[in-house]
Amino acid sequence: MKDIKTKIISNEIVAPGYYKMVLEAPYITKTAIPGQFIQVRCSDSYEPLLRRPFGIHRITNHESRITILYEVVGKGTTILSKRRKGERLDVLGPLGNGFTLQDTRHKTQDTRILIAGGVGIAPLTFVAEALVKKKIKPIVLIGAKTKKAIVCSDDLKKMGLKVHIATDDGTLGHKGFVTDLFRDLLPVACGLQPVTVYSCGPKLMLKKVSEICKKEKINCQVSLEETFGCGIGACLGCSCKIKDRRNKFTYKLTCKDGPIFKGEEVIWE
Amino acid sequence: MISNLEVNVGKIKLKNPIMVASGTFGYAEEFKSLMDLKMLGAIITKTITLKKRAGNPMPRVCETSSGMLNSIGLENDGVENFIDGKIPFLKKLNVPIIVSVSGDSIDEFKALLKILDKERSVSGIELNISCPNIQVARHPPTPRLRRAGMTHDTGLISQNKDATYSLIKGIRKYTNKTFITKLSPNVTDIGEIAKAAESAGSDAISLINTILGMAIDIDTKRPKLGNIVGGLSGPAIKPVALRMVYEVSKSVKIPIIGIGGIMDWQDAIEFLIAGASAIQIGTANFIDPASSEKILKGIEEYLSKNKIKDIKKIIGGLKI
Repeated sequence: MKDIKTKIISNEIVAPGYYKMVLEAPYITKTAIPGQFIQVRCSDSYEPLLRRPFGIHRITNHESRITILYEVVGKGTTILSKRRKGERLDVLGPLGNGFTLQDTRHKTQDTRILIAGGVGIAPLTFVAEALVKKKIKPIVLIGAKTKKAIVCSDDLKKMGLKVHIATDDGTLGHKGFVTDLFRDLLPVACGLQPVTVYSCGPKLMLKKVSEICKKEKINCQVSLEETFGCGIGACLGCSCKIKDRRNKFTYKLTCKDGPIFKGEEVIWE
Repeated sequence: MISNLEVNVGKIKLKNPIMVASGTFGYAEEFKSLMDLKMLGAIITKTITLKKRAGNPMPRVCETSSGMLNSIGLENDGVENFIDGKIPFLKKLNVPIIVSVSGDSIDEFKALLKILDKERSVSGIELNISCPNIQVARHPPTPRLRRAGMTHDTGLISQNKDATYSLIKGIRKYTNKTFITKLSPNVTDIGEIAKAAESAGSDAISLINTILGMAIDIDTKRPKLGNIVGGLSGPAIKPVALRMVYEVSKSVKIPIIGIGGIMDWQDAIEFLIAGASAIQIGTANFIDPASSEKILKGIEEYLSKNKIKDIKKIIGGLKI
């Protein structure tokens, strides 16, 4: 983990309210694994004060560049969306533990399912890319409020993956929740092989995904989100409740011990 | 020109006046790949208690205008785990280690100080009686607290000069290490609290801890912090901190360590001029983990440019 001045290669709108930013960051690409994140200082001023966390979305250009995919939701992301090509951006990373792609309990031929809610597809695209490199083709399920918020299904299709979509308003794909798609898929996916689920999105969705997986005895990894003070495990501001061996709970740090946890060990509140 | 940056705090000789503030730097190991830890004048650890503490409910941090609120609630693994798990790394740095301590009773403080006094690698104690997220006393005091010798009627120990005096008086003899008392800004007259801490035997005063604050989510109408209220830090509080350092410098003779929203070397110099012998970098560590290094470099350049041979020459040099 290092704090580096990266160069902004591009920062483009991909859908209303959604941007993709490409950064020259060879140090980060060298060690980053899917599910890890970076802490970005959106501006040099003290307003907003804290860095903003973004999951690594892709690694490109002979592994020297990282992409982040972000939704403009507040002060930090608004400023970030106005940053221009060629400018320098202060980035701390790679941070966090990342997904476990090689599950030792199963052979590599098991079924992998990616379940994303909204901009939760950002880190899962990196997972998809890494799995495809291992010659594993995951099934991708994306849920969002509306068609316009489905932001990178084309990138995933280009990797040769099957993408199933659900929207709250029915403007694209199934009308309803992404967890409905997951439930429909279960009889097929669980038919023969073991299944591993990787999920990122709103807490309620992650909770539902974890519950289904627990019931079906499916290995499930979820990416949690919290407000970070530091992002490196120093301030203890992002604790989350994780079940311990005695079935009580222990506080773990979302930024350092996570952001990826097993779905069944998270205590959802 | 190379200026002398050495300052003394109690028995500790610091190679420069830059320390990192408790709770913003973990146990230093978190920052090892992000800066040269050996350059620090001293390291103040995250606050330690006798027994493990789970901390406060989530959410624990929230951003405010040029600042942040926190209500961590002194989460830590207890002193034994600190000694076994954190000291081995810290002592290798060859930087004075000051352990921040907190407790719920005089007996707990005594036990904690006795244990830490045996640790040769610990140079000093910073008494945290000012964390706004821990209410050690109720109004009126519960029988348990009264038996424990805490007779003050409300809030934090450092909000009451008599409680501050009696606690320090009661525990000071259990440590031979440099004893620093960290004060809360949530008081009417910080000068008189500092005076009480000095006359009870403190070697130095550090200030300020965070300012009690609050933020509300207008959509849910809920507080943004799980603990409802929390401590404000960051550049937003610097003018308040500076004013309080100035006030305390007029009321005590022992060294003052200035804390509160120091983001760059100019801020640090302001605190020295106001009367601080040393400073602590806090929230800035989250924004730029190498803040301390940059601040030290800035101070060196300032002294050199102004041909100041010894940093002590600017301490308390405010012209009115």
